[in-house]
Amino acid sequence: MSPSYLVKRLALIVYTLFVVSLVVFAITQVLPADAAVMLLGENATPDALAAIRDKLGLDQPVWVQYGHWLWGVLQGDFGTSLRTGQPVAPVMLEALGRSLTLAVLAIALMLVLALPLGIIAALRRGKLADLVVSIVSYVGVSLPEFVTATLIVLVLADWLKLLPATGFVPLTENLWDGLAHLALPVLTVSVILVAHVSRMVRSELVDVLHTDYVRAARLKGLSRRSVLFHHALRNALLPTITIVALDVGYLLGGVIVVEEIFALPGIGRNLIVAIQARDLPSIQAGALIMAATYSVVNFLADLAYAWIDKRIQYG
Amino acid sequence: MAELLRRLLRTPQGLLGVLIVGLILVIVVCGPWLAPYGPDTLAPRLRYRPPSAEFLLGTDQYGRDILSRLLYGARSTVILACLATGLGTLAGALIGTTSAFLGGRADEAIMRTIDAILSIPSLLFALLIVNLLGKSSFSAVMAIGIAFTPGMTRVTRSVALAVTKQDYVNAAIARGERGGYIVLREMLPNVVAPIVVEMTIRVAFAVMLFATLSFLGLGAQPPSSEWGLMVAEARRFMHLSFWMILWPSLAVAMVAIGFNLLGDGLRDALNPRT
Repeated sequence: MSPSYLVKRLALIVYTLFVVSLVVFAITQVLPADAAVMLLGENATPDALAAIRDKLGLDQPVWVQYGHWLWGVLQGDFGTSLRTGQPVAPVMLEALGRSLTLAVLAIALMLVLALPLGIIAALRRGKLADLVVSIVSYVGVSLPEFVTATLIVLVLADWLKLLPATGFVPLTENLWDGLAHLALPVLTVSVILVAHVSRMVRSELVDVLHTDYVRAARLKGLSRRSVLFHHALRNALLPTITIVALDVGYLLGGVIVVEEIFALPGIGRNLIVAIQARDLPSIQAGALIMAATYSVVNFLADLAYAWIDKRIQYG
Repeated sequence: MAELLRRLLRTPQGLLGVLIVGLILVIVVCGPWLAPYGPDTLAPRLRYRPPSAEFLLGTDQYGRDILSRLLYGARSTVILACLATGLGTLAGALIGTTSAFLGGRADEAIMRTIDAILSIPSLLFALLIVNLLGKSSFSAVMAIGIAFTPGMTRVTRSVALAVTKQDYVNAAIARGERGGYIVLREMLPNVVAPIVVEMTIRVAFAVMLFATLSFLGLGAQPPSSEWGLMVAEARRFMHLSFWMILWPSLAVAMVAIGFNLLGDGLRDALNPRT
């Protein structure tokens, strides 16, 4: 990987974030015919409207508003929440931390479940195990999070009373209780991930098992196990990194719903609350932070991919 | 076309997908005639009933027949999802084909920008647009359509890029046709097949997204019997009757599974590798 590629890739991230900031700002503040009326409703008094226009700088030309907002964002200042009067940035970052905990645990659980499932399905291709895995993954991909969450709550929390259905306890406060509260959200989020990734692992491994070098290794007299772990899996799992990184985009969307359902105060729930309360600065901050997380994760995945697979030479 | 259908029906996914989507279409078209009751017929004495001969799937918190509500709700759920997908596909196909046709720096600039917009998760994008347009089915459709546009642009562009190298496009350029003519009349018709596959799979996603928006209270509004909304309303009464929440959940899942299967079957049928 050449330094010039790195510079190009970094420039691309900056461009991405710039475009995202434009889109977010345009949708939230510029496109509404009158943002002040949208925020306060049709029946707001003229005084209140004037106050909020003044507060958000809505009287100024659009590009001045954007420049002002962007300048603040670059300094880590996302403005003050219209709902609580608190600065937005610390609240959102704290929420992002909780969401990332959820996401990381979900990815970990996904790896533990999806890799073995995909491998078994590929090795027993066309057999019963393969059929079961592919049916499960079809169903998993096709269930929206709110349906999965509902079914999981119904069974694990309501009937079996194994785990709490809602709420959040910080892991630093009480690790065990915290994990118990996170269990159902993590399970929900990982269902679609497991379904998706196990399917990818299966198809990649099936392809790799048919290559000449795997056949050569078998003919050389190596055991199936050794061929699988030392030759086939290495190549089959590489594309999984990219898939997992791309799934982070889905993950962030899914997190919004799952946090809302399980009353988990992460960035997704904050965003929904902000949208319902029409809290403009919080909406902008939440959207921008989520998109930024996604592009940074994909950048890191690209780097990891090139680092692991030496054949890849990004120009 | 007949050949395509034959190949589609030969794969298990294709066959199952055709069957499920066929069933869904029947429900969408004939649902209201098949329904034993009206979707809003109240029966205050018969609330939270489990499935029985009288109410095949049970009743909800107002004593409304769940089966009838599902049958009526199929229209708002499936048709709107298809509409949203169509909208996103059309916009994406236009931008993607144009970008591939322009090529060079313009293509680079357009695609980098599209990639940047793609880094906004679709649900988040849809939420922002619903926030702009207000809560309603119409704005949910617009939101999903717009949220799908960048993804469809990517797909179309990669297909169209292959098409631009074809002789008939060069011939049109040599004839001195205008750019708009070449994009619309020469290129678009030839990128249709892969787009149809992508579209079918996206309908599944749109159904899920639309139901999710309604579930969050931002899509269809009560007393609509859109399926996502039915799940959202039933959640409050989960402890009184779990049938209320089970049926609409399964209905959403069935539509998504059906379109996913059909899309995969179509993909296999369109590029026969084996």
